[in-house]
Amino acid sequence: MKHTLSVLLQNKPGVLSRVTGLFSGRGFNIESLCVAETLDPTVSCMTVVSKGDVGVIEQITKQLHKLIDVIKVTDLSDVPFVEREMVLLRVKAEASTRAEVLRVIDIFRGKVVDVSARSYAIEVTGSASKIEAVIDILRPIGIKEIVRTGVITMARASKNK
Amino acid sequence: MAKITGAEAVVRCLQEEGVKIIFGYPGGAVIDLYDALMDCDITNVLVRHEQAAVHAADGFARVTGEVGVALLTSGPGATNGVTGIATAYCDSIPMVVLTGQVPRALIGNDAFQEVDIVGITRPCTKHNYLVGNLDDLVPTLREAFHVARSGRPGPVLVDLPKDLIASRLTFPDKAPVKMANYQPNYKPHPVQVEKACRKMIEARQPVLYVGGGVILSDASRELTELALSLKIPVTMTLMGLGAFPGTHQLSMGMLGMHGTYTANMAVAESDLLIAVGARFDDRVTGKLSDFATKAEIIHIDIDPTSISKNVKVDVPIVADCKNALRAINSWYASHSEIDLAAAATRLEPWYRQIDQWKERHPLSYTDDPEIIKPQYVVEELCRQTGGEAIISTEVGQNQMWAAQFYTFNHPRHWLTSGGLGTMGYGLPAAIGAQMAFPGRTVIDIAGDGSIQMNIQELATARQYHCPVKVAILNNNYLGMVRQWQELFYDRRYASTTMDIIPDFVDLARAFGAVGLRATRRSEVEPVIREALATDNVVLMDFKIEKEEGVYPMVPAGKATTEMLLV
Repeated sequence: MKHTLSVLLQNKPGVLSRVTGLFSGRGFNIESLCVAETLDPTVSCMTVVSKGDVGVIEQITKQLHKLIDVIKVTDLSDVPFVEREMVLLRVKAEASTRAEVLRVIDIFRGKVVDVSARSYAIEVTGSASKIEAVIDILRPIGIKEIVRTGVITMARASKNK
Repeated sequence: MAKITGAEAVVRCLQEEGVKIIFGYPGGAVIDLYDALMDCDITNVLVRHEQAAVHAADGFARVTGEVGVALLTSGPGATNGVTGIATAYCDSIPMVVLTGQVPRALIGNDAFQEVDIVGITRPCTKHNYLVGNLDDLVPTLREAFHVARSGRPGPVLVDLPKDLIASRLTFPDKAPVKMANYQPNYKPHPVQVEKACRKMIEARQPVLYVGGGVILSDASRELTELALSLKIPVTMTLMGLGAFPGTHQLSMGMLGMHGTYTANMAVAESDLLIAVGARFDDRVTGKLSDFATKAEIIHIDIDPTSISKNVKVDVPIVADCKNALRAINSWYASHSEIDLAAAATRLEPWYRQIDQWKERHPLSYTDDPEIIKPQYVVEELCRQTGGEAIISTEVGQNQMWAAQFYTFNHPRHWLTSGGLGTMGYGLPAAIGAQMAFPGRTVIDIAGDGSIQMNIQELATARQYHCPVKVAILNNNYLGMVRQWQELFYDRRYASTTMDIIPDFVDLARAFGAVGLRATRRSEVEPVIREALATDNVVLMDFKIEKEEGVYPMVPAGKATTEMLLV
């Protein structure tokens, strides 16, 4: 099962390789990984999507905790959270398909960010499943290139607060 | 305050930590450090190979419980140390390894003797640092010692660029180490403690399964108190030997691949397995799906990752072993309505069963009037030292015979590379132990293969007047691999025979040490007697039965009840 882990860690050189080394060395899987600074510039937030049964995810969480530079690990599967990913797609846009491509990205609330005679570059943001959906729809029209950011997440504010 | 050099600051940090002895080897990048060391009361033991420096620091740490320190130069000095670091990491040994690094301006330029040692050792250190700013130097070293010795201990490497240790700084006042993100959990949860206590007095076939964590947290006394008050039989892992007196009636000896028949049967039949500072290693469990299937499991460990990693645990207690055992013992003390002695009578059938196993298949070997059996050598070493010597080992058959036939009654007397299984560990570790305790008897039980991996350290032992004794169980084979080839590879002895091995007696002499040889059983006793009476390094060459095997043996991947016996 897929799990999304949000990891707060010290923003120091080599921290990323401690985490990725842990995953590769212990045979854990990384589906996607995103990392950037938080409000506090000494702290980074990393979002890791991994796959595994409960035992594996428990080990991943504990092993991450064990790294000295890791401050906090949250398995977001336990709490409601918002998930976003962005994709940039270069899609064939010839006379016959230009209008169709625009209709599709309109439905997905995407944007055209670059135009050429034969293609559009499109930006779409949403949950990973929405990104998958837009890719599936555009694939028959002709996708020439894809770049994805990987998933970032934020836990939802608790309703009582 | 007057400014001092970075190197002097490093020395002052070592003094702050109470370090008296370090192990190392100089080189271009650490000349400043060695220069600064000349003017202080810290002894540097100059080894002959950097791997040995780290093993010696490791041996020092194991016998004293203090943080071992090694000092290596950049590049090959650092990489030579990696095996030692990985050895200490696998066995959770507190250690700080200082490595020189090229000047900061050259880092990343493929400079002479430059390696990314922080990158290389990331997976085999508890934590490591490249000190990039002069202001970070002292706080980093203080943090390194704190990390190495706290929680589940382990080696910490600090990489020191040459220009940085040559710079001048004001030594900052001593301040407690604060690490918000690193807070090991020492105290057991009282609810878990009570749960464990209740289970332990109800179990009908309980077993204490004791590992190196008990040694590391100096919890032997607490463990022994628990075992004796509840009268629970004890088995120890390779790393746990000495945590409970091996001569005590409740001791079932070691468990696992080369453990005793009794210990393995007892674990298999147990209804409550109480794991203390042990990690359910594959050499202990054998085939996981068949391991202790009838038992509920209580697991005390300071490292949460150890819990439910290999075997599902029913009552986890994340805590320092000493604290947890104290909490358990005082729980019983505060429940005086529970009559422990009376409760222990319910275990009578269990003791009878265990006695039957002990009687049926004790640890044994077929002795011979002429040929030297390795087990006899170890027994004789044990007898002549009264079981009180500090024993280090190499890896392979020598290690297993030592574990089986030397009976340990005290913690911190047994130095062996359990997790990594590093040949060449024993001699430098023995030197580290002897440096810590000059007056004690220290013996490296070795094989003829392993001893050649760090034989050059005989010179170190001589130079620092470490009268270590090396007992080579010489079968002219890489015996453990040969045993596997005999049993599972149709006796095809591929690359396990060394056609040329040195004449160890002559070799000892070349180093200014004493060489003794025994080729017949009757010579073993006098050779050991002479060695123990000699105030010098002694190499004892015991020409043993060539194809003797280590038994019992659980073949890899089999259940621990499927032992091959003598």
